[in-house]
Amino acid sequence: MTKTVFEKSIRSRPVYGELQPRAGGAHLFVADGEGAGAIVDMVARAGSAAAELLEKAHIIYTPGANGTDQFAALERLGAAQCHRSPSFAAAESRLRKVLADAHMGLQVYLAGTETVIGLAQRAAMEAGLPHDAVQTEHRGSLARRVQCVHCKGITESVTTDPFVCSHCGLNLFVRDHYSRRLAAFQGVNIDAEDPGQVPPAVERFK
Amino acid sequence: MSVGAPRIDVIVSEVVEVNDLIKRFRFVRADGGDMPHFSGGSHVVIEMNDHGTRRMNPYSLMSDPADSKGYEISVRRDDAGRGGSLYMHRHVKAGMRMQIGHPVNLFPPDARAKKHLFLAGGIGITPFMSMMSQLAPVGARFELHYSVRSRALGAYVDRLTAAYAGRVHVYVDEKGEAIDLKTLLATQPLGTHLYVCGPKGMIEWVKSTAYAMGWPANTVHSEEFLAPPVGQPFEVELAASGRTLTVGAAQSILEAMEAAGVDAPYLCRGGACGQCETAVVRCDGHIHHHDHWLSDDEKAAKTKIMPCVSRFEGKTLVLDR
Repeated sequence: MTKTVFEKSIRSRPVYGELQPRAGGAHLFVADGEGAGAIVDMVARAGSAAAELLEKAHIIYTPGANGTDQFAALERLGAAQCHRSPSFAAAESRLRKVLADAHMGLQVYLAGTETVIGLAQRAAMEAGLPHDAVQTEHRGSLARRVQCVHCKGITESVTTDPFVCSHCGLNLFVRDHYSRRLAAFQGVNIDAEDPGQVPPAVERFK
Repeated sequence: MSVGAPRIDVIVSEVVEVNDLIKRFRFVRADGGDMPHFSGGSHVVIEMNDHGTRRMNPYSLMSDPADSKGYEISVRRDDAGRGGSLYMHRHVKAGMRMQIGHPVNLFPPDARAKKHLFLAGGIGITPFMSMMSQLAPVGARFELHYSVRSRALGAYVDRLTAAYAGRVHVYVDEKGEAIDLKTLLATQPLGTHLYVCGPKGMIEWVKSTAYAMGWPANTVHSEEFLAPPVGQPFEVELAASGRTLTVGAAQSILEAMEAAGVDAPYLCRGGACGQCETAVVRCDGHIHHHDHWLSDDEKAAKTKIMPCVSRFEGKTLVLDR
């Protein structure tokens, strides 16, 4: 699976690039599912610089929510550390420990679904890196992590618009409005004025 | 004239000779009131009437932002400069009335930083003094690395070492001491922001070293006020006001416009803030861009100029002013 092409949207909607090797004292990679391919491709592009980069690289990988597991391809790269966790939640304490111990000069590369990119970017920001200092490349599912603006509950892996809030049961319209602090898109009640007038759910985020 | 508030009438309340090259000036309000609040890293433009020549130089505020009774600046005498620092040194005495602008901050400490790493060279120490006064009481983490030519010319070394023991590192050129920049930058915790103020060469060295070591651009901050460079006199046409002015050898375009009564915007007067950016209507010749504001592409395009520091050489320069 290759890089995702996104339609132009509001400024708040995150945009993703293509991972590029950068100079740095250490290199931290976080990826899920198909995001492994972005790391493999970047290392291939690094050419002769790849060996030095991998000597100082730490890869944290979790299989995708859809079951995609490309850990073997990452292991073959021969990074100094390559770790597989069953989920991002399970990997998060490792990620936060790595960030807490890191020095300036650390390069952060995030690849895979928006959810994992967003959660890892939030951890990097909380550790003090500016949000635009981390590189991102989207691969795989477009399923969204959405916060209900009414009850503040977060529903994971939302694929349809509208959808029903898993916390309060309201019918929510999924906006492109995104919060880096919450690592979530915004869901707003779609039938507030006319309760029950809910357009049919469309699978917008495969 | 300048954007924003009118000037503040002040009285020079104190002039202190810090060392052979540096004098410190304290300004209080002529009406006895409080000064406007400022944040660490701010500067003010000081107006001077140098025997008929109007000079307006930016200086960093070095006093404690919590001190609302006065502002303090330190001025390093530049014997080869255009005369602003010489005027301050020779003619400004305690009790004198002067006018200053309101504080503007183009060099604030980033509140998101986990740690602030300050690198000062010589008189570049001043903005860090107000920053540290602001940061210390709130428990913010910071560290100062201060390079001075000689112990005698190291302004405020004793004061800073006493106030922030363990957080101030001084390097004396004369003793062959130099900052080990690579080790310093390699050992900073994630979330550190780097600030550098000093001579041009030092700023470039620190910034390029940090970038090469992988520091993100938004974590590296610098401030350098440029004095308008001296050059050959030239003519400039002002399309909107329908005037043609001659810019003198030791004058900037901005100063020539002000002398002719043309209302032109400005803020820092040192090529840093972008406020005076002016569109170039026609340019038959070469613009000597001296500012830090325009991008390299913009400079090459010859469609914009910063009249506070940039000069022209050639046949015709027409500005939209």
